[in-house]
Amino acid sequence: MKVPYALVPRSERAGVMLWASPLIAVGLTLAAGALLLAWMGHAPGRVFEVIFWEPLATRRGWSELGLKATPLILCGVGLAMCFRANIWNIGAEGQLVVGAIAGGAVALLATRETTRAVVPLIIVAAAAGGAAWAAIIAWLRDRFNANEILVSLMLVYVAQLLLDWLVHGALKDPEGYGFPQSKLFESVARMPIVLPGTRLNIGLPLALAIAAVLWIALERMVIGFQLRVAGLAPLAARYAGFSERRLLWFALLVSGALAGVAGGIEAAGPVGQLTPAISPGYGFAAIIVAFVGRLHPLGVVPASLLMALFYIGGELAQSRLGLPGALTGIYQGMLLFFLLACDTLITHRVVRRVRTVTA
Amino acid sequence: MTPRLSLENITRRFGETVANDAISFDVMPGEIFAVLGENGAGKSTLMKIVYGVVRPDAGRIAIDGRALEIDSPAQARSLGIAMVFQHFALFESLTLAENVALGLPPAPLAQVSARMIELSQRYDLEIDPAKRVHDLSVGERQRVEILRALMSSPRLLILDEPTSVLKPQAIERLFVTLERLAADGVSILFISHKLDEIRRLAQRCAVLRAGRLIAIVDPRLESESSLARLMIGADPPAIALHDSPAGASALSVRGLDTTDAAERERWLHDLSFELHCGEIVGIAGVSGNGQAALMAALSGEWTGVKGAIRLFGEDVNALPTLERRRRGLRYVPEERLGHGAVAGLPLRDNAVLTRDELRSGGLVHVGQARRLTRQLIERFAIKVSGPDAAAGGLSGGNLQKFIVAREVEARPRVLLVNQPTWGVDVGAAAAIRNEVIALRKAGSAILVISEDLDELFELCDRLFVMSKGRLSPSVRPGEIGVQEIGRWMSGLWPRAEVVA
Repeated sequence: MKVPYALVPRSERAGVMLWASPLIAVGLTLAAGALLLAWMGHAPGRVFEVIFWEPLATRRGWSELGLKATPLILCGVGLAMCFRANIWNIGAEGQLVVGAIAGGAVALLATRETTRAVVPLIIVAAAAGGAAWAAIIAWLRDRFNANEILVSLMLVYVAQLLLDWLVHGALKDPEGYGFPQSKLFESVARMPIVLPGTRLNIGLPLALAIAAVLWIALERMVIGFQLRVAGLAPLAARYAGFSERRLLWFALLVSGALAGVAGGIEAAGPVGQLTPAISPGYGFAAIIVAFVGRLHPLGVVPASLLMALFYIGGELAQSRLGLPGALTGIYQGMLLFFLLACDTLITHRVVRRVRTVTA
Repeated sequence: MTPRLSLENITRRFGETVANDAISFDVMPGEIFAVLGENGAGKSTLMKIVYGVVRPDAGRIAIDGRALEIDSPAQARSLGIAMVFQHFALFESLTLAENVALGLPPAPLAQVSARMIELSQRYDLEIDPAKRVHDLSVGERQRVEILRALMSSPRLLILDEPTSVLKPQAIERLFVTLERLAADGVSILFISHKLDEIRRLAQRCAVLRAGRLIAIVDPRLESESSLARLMIGADPPAIALHDSPAGASALSVRGLDTTDAAERERWLHDLSFELHCGEIVGIAGVSGNGQAALMAALSGEWTGVKGAIRLFGEDVNALPTLERRRRGLRYVPEERLGHGAVAGLPLRDNAVLTRDELRSGGLVHVGQARRLTRQLIERFAIKVSGPDAAAGGLSGGNLQKFIVAREVEARPRVLLVNQPTWGVDVGAAAAIRNEVIALRKAGSAILVISEDLDELFELCDRLFVMSKGRLSPSVRPGEIGVQEIGRWMSGLWPRAEVVA
């Protein structure tokens, strides 16, 4: 097939445009979203008010935003690190689910006599669960050179089935009238609330602290330097003597652990029990978050807040205006599409193919 | 007669720098026209403008008297312009035939292969159309590029430093070919920094310096030093003489033998040699004859190769790069971007790559790295805005100077250098060679792999020739002629002698 246009790389690098790209993509997403809403017969202004303004009008709205952004930040910073090193872990969702199982299992052991010391145990167990799940990817890639994209993605479905099986069996609440869910965690095994009167828990400050630590690690520490070099020029990494295997294991274990923590905090935080639907796709949305945040730990934070706004606003639009629930997914998809398009057009220019001139 | 190519006041700026400043000249049909200049003088930009890759800010281009704008390489090709780039544009995962076929009107692959084989035999450009590009060395890649340009039977052929990877006999044959093409009316635009080649081949030569056209001369009437003076505006730094005798054994290699993973091709064939302190040993040969495997085995990028590698008596065959570097063995790889340096990182980060003292306690010492980089830039006169400039923005010669500086300044006891001055201008090449010679004076042992025989003859105390994974006996440069070395490059050296 012959298209009359071609993409040619631009010679000049655009530094400012690298960060302008996500902003342009957000603008285009809103514009396309408005057209879509108008076509569906809704007034875009009213819908946008519900999605983007009402959640931010109250203290409670802001706390919900922080709550939803927490798992996105945790997964997003881990993925940003992996992607920078050219390690394509797209299965944060699975690591999140296994983290929720491990953290939830510890939370279920708590009784009325248990102290608050169980909270760090839950977080550690969740991290270990997520890391163990990611370790499967690292091992298969290391030992058999298996493609980490496929393995990490397929392990998401395995993790979800594992959770399903557990809440139908071993972890099912015996007094739950046969519903596939665990019993509610003891209040001592729930994440402590940081903003009284809301559901915002210690997860957000923890996630922000981790983002800051990863930022320093990537920019100033040897391990971050090695990951960047390995991502940009694998041969140069070998020349310098950096161990490819070590970097592979490090990136996958850390991103798996962070996704696991996200799952544990979600289970022992707002959800309060293990259910088959522990995550509305945070692990997948975090892939978009990582790219919108320019694979930078600090960029991931505002990107997560934006994505959280899509989640909350989408729910509000559903309950308040009767819009379909698929709206959130459509907005997320459009955002990624426009971002990739902007990135491509910033690094390339479109030229008309020249018809052959007879000389 | 109407000029084949006519340039009038061609000007192109990149930000602050003027790459081309009102350059005008004509190339007549059947003329061999050379463009001479240091790296960064604007030669490549000018050629890219003619080939439609870069657009001029001002000026006029005419082909056969017809003024036009060349918007794209595709259009340039349709006008009968072909170009052999200094940096290759080949798809790694495709075969040579597929790569060549991509630039041509649709044709059966078998037909393309047949024509490639025919051309390659006619011009002595050994290639196998069925091979994949990622299996090729730099030298082989360049041969494919030359061949690709010849496939379209161009009327104006632009060659950017085409001879740097050819055997002396093949250079001579290429020149004969170019002269035959010229006699058929094809205009040849030839960029080279090798003054003797320009004097041998070109009828006219444009000298560029800092983006400006300095002169158009008949190179046959000039001397090499007068051309060099025009090019750099001063006399080139003289090469220091070497005289110190060789000392104790630094690197000892016995029975090195490797094959590719599938064991189809034997890369190294029972190699043995000795490298002494205070000695520069050269390995001549066309790349793709096992040099890459030898460097990987010696530097530690491959470990546990069959055979013995001893560094000052210690067996280091199982030790990785980092451990060998700790023991004083350093390495300048052939590929600058992506191997010796990372294009997307600033120079200071590229210093951190192999200067292990800039990394400790889990931290990268950015301040120290910046200081060291600044020192390297000053001491080696590297043209760059500062230590925070991205490595990818440096010209080839300046980046090579930086990489050599980074390794030499660490005072290695053994230095391995692969193609030290490939695609580097005369000024930078002389600076790099002087650093290598100074290091030898300080008692280090140096192994230089190069395809540039002039360079090896100038630098080395002893020479080996490598061909098809085997190593010739060693000779002193004074005891053998260029033509003889050329024969050795085909593997035809006296077998009976004991390998030194």
